Amino acid sequence: MEHLIVIVLLSFLAITAVAIVMLHDLVAVVMLFGIFSLLSAVIFLVLDAVDVAFTEAAVGAGISTVLMLGTLALTTPKEKTSPRFAPIPLLVVIITGAALVYGTLDMPRYGDPTAAIHQHVAPRYLERAPRETGIPNVVTAVLASYRGYDTLGEVTVIFTAGVGVMLLLGSPRRQTKRKRGKR
Amino acid sequence: MAWLGLYNYWVVIFLMMAGFYAVITRGNLVKKIVGLNLFQTSVFILYISMSKVQGGTAPIVDNEFAIYSNPLPHVLILTAIVVGVATTALGLALVVRIRESYGTVEEDEIHHLDKSF
Repeated sequence: MEHLIVIVLLSFLAITAVAIVMLHDLVAVVMLFGIFSLLSAVIFLVLDAVDVAFTEAAVGAGISTVLMLGTLALTTPKEKTSPRFAPIPLLVVIITGAALVYGTLDMPRYGDPTAAIHQHVAPRYLERAPRETGIPNVVTAVLASYRGYDTLGEVTVIFTAGVGVMLLLGSPRRQTKRKRGKR
Repeated sequence: MAWLGLYNYWVVIFLMMAGFYAVITRGNLVKKIVGLNLFQTSVFILYISMSKVQGGTAPIVDNEFAIYSNPLPHVLILTAIVVGVATTALGLALVVRIRESYGTVEEDEIHHLDKSF
């Protein structure tokens, strides 16, 4: 029953993705991308990943959409070139997809508790994390305690990206240029 | 119905290829970044699909429950989502900067301007 819900939601995602690729009005594309993110957040919720679900809803559907709309406001909301049918990229995509589908045939089935991924370190975390860290939410315990250095690295990446954006868009040279342009 | 257990992976591959197709065929830089994000989100769904255990619940330990889904992919994807939005922001800043220098965000026009320069 639970898997049925996931199947229906995944089908919605596929339809949204096709619409995103086909449409030329970029505002509509960005809005559809917000819907896509929100749908995937719902899927994460059904698949028991509650922390991932609210992060995706806040960051993926919220901040990404706002950033893209801001970019459209600074550039142009219309896709100019009408893309003609391109057989070679379609062939490349179909071949890559077929290779990946072939790769999934060996994968453990959905929800299989005997899959290799559930055997090694995850049971240890589930068993000891509440005692060792005092946090009942194992995801938080792993993120902030066992793999705290990874999270520090993540913060470094965000800081670097923030500095990059500031250097690209906030440099004094650019602002004087813009003022000159206004005059 | 054994193939139904692989349905998640196949839809993920379809989404991935839709994003990939948008990246390689569309000339508009904003559309390319949307395609890249599509690809990225489909990888997230792949990881979270693998973490699900039949009959399990969210990995918040409580005496009422015995089976939990695997928390490790959740941690990895939490990090990936936040890093993903950082790269998206940087990419979009580059698009704005390109628009200021070239006056366009269409790839073929940028190539044309580069050649005529």
